[in-house]
Amino acid sequence: MRFVEEYRDPRLVRALAEEIQGRATRAWTIMEVCGGQTHSIVQHGLDELVAPAVSLLHGPGCPVCVTPLETLDLALAIAEGSDAILCSFGDMLRVPGSKHDLLTARARGGDVRVVYGPLDAARLAGRTPGRPVVFLAVGFETTAPAVAVAARFARRQRLENFFLLVSHVRVPPALEAIAGAPGARVDAFLAAGHVCTVMGTAEYEPIAARHGLPIVATGFEPVDILEGIALAVARLEAGEAGVDIQYRRAVRPGGNPAARALIDEVFEQADRPWRGIGVVPGGGLALRAPYRALDAATAFARLAPSQAPREPASCRAGDVLRGAIRPPECAEFGRGCTPERPLGAPMVSSEGACAAYWNRFGAEARP
Amino acid sequence: MCLAVPGRVVEVYEEDGLRMARVDFAGVRLRVCLETLPEAEVGAWLLVHAGVALQRLDADAAEAGLALLAEAAAAGAGAGAEEP
Repeated sequence: MRFVEEYRDPRLVRALAEEIQGRATRAWTIMEVCGGQTHSIVQHGLDELVAPAVSLLHGPGCPVCVTPLETLDLALAIAEGSDAILCSFGDMLRVPGSKHDLLTARARGGDVRVVYGPLDAARLAGRTPGRPVVFLAVGFETTAPAVAVAARFARRQRLENFFLLVSHVRVPPALEAIAGAPGARVDAFLAAGHVCTVMGTAEYEPIAARHGLPIVATGFEPVDILEGIALAVARLEAGEAGVDIQYRRAVRPGGNPAARALIDEVFEQADRPWRGIGVVPGGGLALRAPYRALDAATAFARLAPSQAPREPASCRAGDVLRGAIRPPECAEFGRGCTPERPLGAPMVSSEGACAAYWNRFGAEARP
Repeated sequence: MCLAVPGRVVEVYEEDGLRMARVDFAGVRLRVCLETLPEAEVGAWLLVHAGVALQRLDADAAEAGLALLAEAAAAGAGAGAEEP
């Protein structure tokens, strides 16, 4: 596929790995904050290619993984306790809620459907008047424009049976939280390429300046990731902070203005809990006043579980998401937690770091 | 979840008040919403996520970047490396 295959060229991969190894005068720690990048890194062994010059930490780059248990439990309650059709991206179906997952809810008779995008869910609502259709809207800024399009469409079409269960998160506040945490050990970040495709890079400038970090908007293929690391190492070796764009074929400094305008029309910034991390100030998006009629959390408030859910005590998903440990350092990895019987979301989401290690190494993964 | 796929616009049309396109993804044709990229025309390469166009792909930037990397690779490890 054009714009993809060229970035898997083994010659370029080797040359970039050698450049990184040759340039680093000390060991640097670089965190990627995108599950797609995490999977590419682990699947292709890029972490081994750049060691020991660069140690890669995996950040909270998985929107599915950081979706709060409360949101997932409400989605399950809607699917099982109402006549609504619950629409979701396929990635959410196996994520464990307090009791079970959406796949189980479907097996028990809940109408849970996988859609390609939120607009398909809105169109479904148009075809099923009188039956509520709820879209489980999780994602980073990459996905927010698609949800905004569906919200605007529903409002213009006066669809009274379309709802959004919103758990949208914003990446820059999470980087700020990680960089500013006591004992932070990240020297540079690879910023998520498609988040920057939508939003541009301006939001990262103050974070880079405040913490003296290089931040590189980076793509997803092996050549992209290694070039992103090479740019970060060049900055680190020069003692410079700043924002660079590696993923030039898709990222402009100003992002996509029409997509950003759509997000701004529908959403406002809000404090949001990130599963495993806690409340991140400004770390999410909430519906603006004209769109609040679409809010499923309000429309289905009567179904919200009354007790705050509890995470399994032995699951270290929060530590994995913060980059405090790598998945195999968790005692449950491959033992009490496997893709068949997951304790935490990172083991089953296609972008989860635990799933990345499981796919490459199985239960034999070693720290 | 942030996976986005490159595809080429084969047709632009309106549907239910939305600007839409048929986009070819390596032989598979799907409908894509262009509300986020209203100026995209037939032949444009797009990056598409969850049924919505995220951005137009810049073929010139892609080729220039790859040429620089290939040059650096040919020049050998450590030499001719790209400056940020």
